[in-house]
Amino acid sequence: MTKRFVLAALGLLLLVGCSSSNDTATGASAGGGAGPAVGAPGAGGVASSELGGPGGRVTPGSQQDLEINVGDRVFFAFDSAVLDDAARQTLERQAAWLKQFPAVSVTIEGHCDERGTREYNLALGDRRANAVKTYLVALGISPDRIRTISYGKERPADPGHDETAWALNRRAVTVVNVGY
Amino acid sequence: MTGHLLPDRRSGLDRRSLLVGGAAAATALAARASRAQLQLDITRGFVEPLPIAVSPFAGDGPGARERGEALAQVVSADLDSSGLFRTIDRRAYLQSPEELRGIPRFADWRAINAQALVTGLVRTAEPLSVEFRLWDVFGGGQMKGLRLDAPSASWRRIAHKIADAVYERLTGERGYFDTRIAYISETGSPTRRIKRVAVMDQDGANHAFLTDGGQLVLTPRLSPDVEKIAYLVFRPPAPRVVMRELATGREIVLGEFPGMSFAPRFSPDGRTLLVSIAEGGNTDLYAFDLASRRLRRLTQDAAIDTSPSFSPDGSRIAFNSDRGGSPQLYVMAADGSGVRRISFGTGRYGEPEWSPRGDLIAFSKIERGFFHIGVMKPDGSDERLLTRAYQDESPTWAPNGRVVLFSRQDRAGGRTRLFSIDVTGYNEREIPTPLDASDPNWSALLP
Repeated sequence: MTKRFVLAALGLLLLVGCSSSNDTATGASAGGGAGPAVGAPGAGGVASSELGGPGGRVTPGSQQDLEINVGDRVFFAFDSAVLDDAARQTLERQAAWLKQFPAVSVTIEGHCDERGTREYNLALGDRRANAVKTYLVALGISPDRIRTISYGKERPADPGHDETAWALNRRAVTVVNVGY
Repeated sequence: MTGHLLPDRRSGLDRRSLLVGGAAAATALAARASRAQLQLDITRGFVEPLPIAVSPFAGDGPGARERGEALAQVVSADLDSSGLFRTIDRRAYLQSPEELRGIPRFADWRAINAQALVTGLVRTAEPLSVEFRLWDVFGGGQMKGLRLDAPSASWRRIAHKIADAVYERLTGERGYFDTRIAYISETGSPTRRIKRVAVMDQDGANHAFLTDGGQLVLTPRLSPDVEKIAYLVFRPPAPRVVMRELATGREIVLGEFPGMSFAPRFSPDGRTLLVSIAEGGNTDLYAFDLASRRLRRLTQDAAIDTSPSFSPDGSRIAFNSDRGGSPQLYVMAADGSGVRRISFGTGRYGEPEWSPRGDLIAFSKIERGFFHIGVMKPDGSDERLLTRAYQDESPTWAPNGRVVLFSRQDRAGGRTRLFSIDVTGYNEREIPTPLDASDPNWSALLP
């Protein structure tokens, strides 16, 4: 059910995504260091990520570059792996960035909130990571550059126990592989 | 460890040396020495605990008195933990352990209202040899006699086997005290939790860590012979199920699985390991034959299929799937055919665990912000919720199918600990662990 929806959405967004991704990527770069361009994590959610040095000496093609200038993560609704508008926009920027740095390979980490069983969440995290991978591949990134891993509910980004924290934890994070 | 029935007082005690791992003959030989009718009906909901006296065991040999005290303490603690027995404070006992080498003065035990009495005799040689007898105080006769021999280091197992024999004789059900629990020990911050595989006796003794916390590990499962353990380890290139020998720690190579393998479960005969494999965003169930190393796919759909559990006869598998739109419980034949949904209540279901008796399936359920542990019949009827907390998870059965062990976080951000509850819904109690604990798995009775 979920899969079909994602694919349908993909088909539609391929057209839109290709034309808009350049603008989005440029826009984000121009904002350099203004803040992470992440999808809205939900009502009242606070996303945080590390800031580059004041001199703006972020290594291009690095994880820090991805976090600050592109947005390294997307968020999901409860028990869902569907990419919403904000998520797709982030991934379009990621795809453009990956094209800019063809030597970079990444691992997509799928995560869940704590409101599910451990094993179901491992499967759901895998589904989320692969939804991201599928979208990036559809945007022209080689599948050979993208690995996936699910952490289920084992590695929350926010240690809290309310809807705000859970919304931040239902995520897929794009991590630049080091040493590949 | 070996056991011998003691058919009657001071007769038939052979003294040949015995080995660990021999089959206990306790249940095979049905030598009922008395016609006593003392019997506890534990099929009803709440059972008034049976008052029982467990005398410190008398002893011969160096340190025998201390050993006899310790054995009686472990037996008492086991029986008390079941909620079915209440050990009478030993300070009320009128007869000394030494006097109890002979036939008890039943009047002395009736005087303190002990319904049953456990006596014993320890010989501290190597191997350690312990005789115990269970007496029907009001009937005035021996209900059970057994001699157990084992290396001194296994003295607690002797006590657990005695408690099992008492439980069995008085309830008509198999005991569950001579068992172990595998679980995940947790420390550290919620965002960087350090998890280790740990194993301990059912009562928390003989605790040991099997992994060092360097890699994230989850969901340990003990093989039916309690010689192997399978668990999930986050080890590059992908999280995967591994299996190790408990005695040596040696890893038994399973070969390469495609994608991420997780949710390991042994079949009742120990020959098959069920796993979930996630590949390309889809999770299906597979059966891995441990001898041939062949992997057989059991489910084919685009939904999540995980948390499998064999029926005790190995013919069916319960599992968790979201193929209907939300996580629910399903049952299918062991070859993957005949899938049928069995959970229809409100809420989200997970982690079905088939009782070793076959009569019930335990599960966890998330409903209106709470996690529950519940049970239902294998056809999905007669659902009953046993617990409710912020997060109750990972049910696992005592080998006699009367007690469910699970992990609990009682409030948001609170400690995660192990609890057990009778299938009747009574006698909820914590199983103490050194650190936080999750993902428990209760072993079969030790061989």
